Amino acid sequence: MGQTITEKIFAAHLRDTPTSGNMVLDIDVIMCHEITTPIAIMDLMEKGMDRVCDPSRIKAVIDHVTPPKDSKTAAQAKIMRDWARRHNIKDFFDIGRNGVCHALFPEKGFIRPGNTVIMGDSHTCTHGAFGAFAAGVGTTDLEVGILKGVCAFRAPKSLKIEAVGALPKGVVAKDIILNIIKQLTVNGGTDMVIEFCGPVIDAMNMSSRMTLCNMAVEAGATSGVCQPDLTTAQYLWPFIKDEYASPEAASESFACWRSDADAHYERVLTLDVSTLAPQVTFGFKPDNVKDVSELEGSKVDQVYIGSCTNGRIEDIREAAAIIKGKTIAASVRGILVPATPAIYSQALEEGLIKIFMDSGFCVLNPTCGACLGMSSGVLADGEVCASTTNRNFNGRMGKGGMVHLMSPASAAAAAVTGEITDPRRFLN
Amino acid sequence: MKQFGGPAAFIDRNDINTDEIIPAKYLTEITKKALAPHLLEDLHLEGQQFDPHSAVMQAAQVLITRSNFGCGSSREHAVWALEVNDINVVIGESFARIFRQNMFNCGILAVELSKADLDRLFALKGQVTVAVDLAAEKLTATSGDATVECAFSLNAFDKKLIGAGGWLAFADANY
Ligand code: SF4
Repeated sequence: MGQTITEKIFAAHLRDTPTSGNMVLDIDVIMCHEITTPIAIMDLMEKGMDRVCDPSRIKAVIDHVTPPKDSKTAAQAKIMRDWARRHNIKDFFDIGRNGVCHALFPEKGFIRPGNTVIMGDSHTCTHGAFGAFAAGVGTTDLEVGILKGVCAFRAPKSLKIEAVGALPKGVVAKDIILNIIKQLTVNGGTDMVIEFCGPVIDAMNMSSRMTLCNMAVEAGATSGVCQPDLTTAQYLWPFIKDEYASPEAASESFACWRSDADAHYERVLTLDVSTLAPQVTFGFKPDNVKDVSELEGSKVDQVYIGSCTNGRIEDIREAAAIIKGKTIAASVRGILVPATPAIYSQALEEGLIKIFMDSGFCVLNPTCGACLGMSSGVLADGEVCASTTNRNFNGRMGKGGMVHLMSPASAAAAAVTGEITDPRRFLN
Repeated sequence: MKQFGGPAAFIDRNDINTDEIIPAKYLTEITKKALAPHLLEDLHLEGQQFDPHSAVMQAAQVLITRSNFGCGSSREHAVWALEVNDINVVIGESFARIFRQNMFNCGILAVELSKADLDRLFALKGQVTVAVDLAAEKLTATSGDATVECAFSLNAFDKKLIGAGGWLAFADANY
């Protein structure tokens, strides 16, 4: 019997099998942000265990509320900053260099095929796009990761999504993953890794693969994963060029991190994307999904383009193509948040920021901000937001507010009209 | 070993997420105690009243709920908010993976029961008290003269974590 990519990664990182079916893994990359880490740091300090297993395996960023909005968030940032200094954590990103963790760390080349990655953040699954096992964990798991470099998981089970067909114009990765969550439901992936396969995924760039893996947790999955290939190698090339003769050679060596043809899956789901339309969520669960056309005409008060799901340069280009030369509806507040400084600066260079500003959008510095309702665009009671983020829970972006999740193109279309709108209306 | 059980409170809904257990605005707190008054404060139950500060909730040491409890954000604050309110057991049909692990990592119990067993618990009237026999993997819920017994099974590793008092203590001793 062959193995899945996740089984291969688990086998290669196995430290201990404390009981049958439970595996303690060595963790290659331990990522930290200022919401879930300070309390871990404080707890370790209190217990006299303020140590780190290996500063080079730790990557830390202040991203959720930055710049700080009040003295409490300033204190969280300070705890992180002091800790990073104290332990000589070189890969620490503070104001001016910081961005949304799941966009920033890939951009720095920190995640490689075959890696194990944890973070005190549920969307850590994003990094599975690189052919890694990347899982969100709680603060205690994070503490043990920081201290010992290990984490415990149940033996992995996998669920395979085979995406086939030609993707219609105006339909993108976000629409695919929303449709998959609709089919799997919010706990259809619990205790499983969702493997995204098939020609549609093979043809996708890393940005789209990250969008898919990012939302695996919304189906309850431990993580999402894509097979590492030439696209992965080309993305990572600036960071690995001393290790391989060419991207092709790197891709070949990644083959050991690809699932075998006869690997076992708990479930296999084939998705024909050729009939897929732009998707949107309604209500307060990410598996409440409809075609955008079914909700057309619903009013929105705010449009938010950003986050670890869709705040990358490709997303900004996709939205700008619709916004260009138009003014957003007078009833709408448009907020664009490029996910990292590099993305921001690239968008400036390409003239995209100007397109947004001319249309009436407010452009913010890289941060999570309103995605989790902490700052920078929190909704008022009764307000509705068309958003490119990943969670539509009741009150997620502000108490009493409602969030419709959608692609950057759909969000841009909603900004122009002030209501949920099929973005294909604006594409010729 | 720690004793588990006590007076129970019922929350009849699936998919309660960690944003509902403790809203994001309290994630700026750096002590667990500060979370105490905010447990489940924004929870909305379709067609039912829910008061997080009711006498039943105040007295509760056991929460009984439905499926996929604790989905969404990885915040362990959700578990701490239960802990600082003296809740040491959550019983449900299923849990989100990260939440379930966070419970055992903190040395407290997430117990999975079948839908049929949960229906029997939900059918109990009046004040319900739950006693957990960890060694026998059995729980007994009583309300007046009525008693419901349910068997459950714990993952072997999670059992070790409970014995060790949590993952940090276990990992420190073993790795
Ligand atoms: S952008 Fe939103 S979902 Fe992503 S890490 Fe930040 S808060 Fe979490």
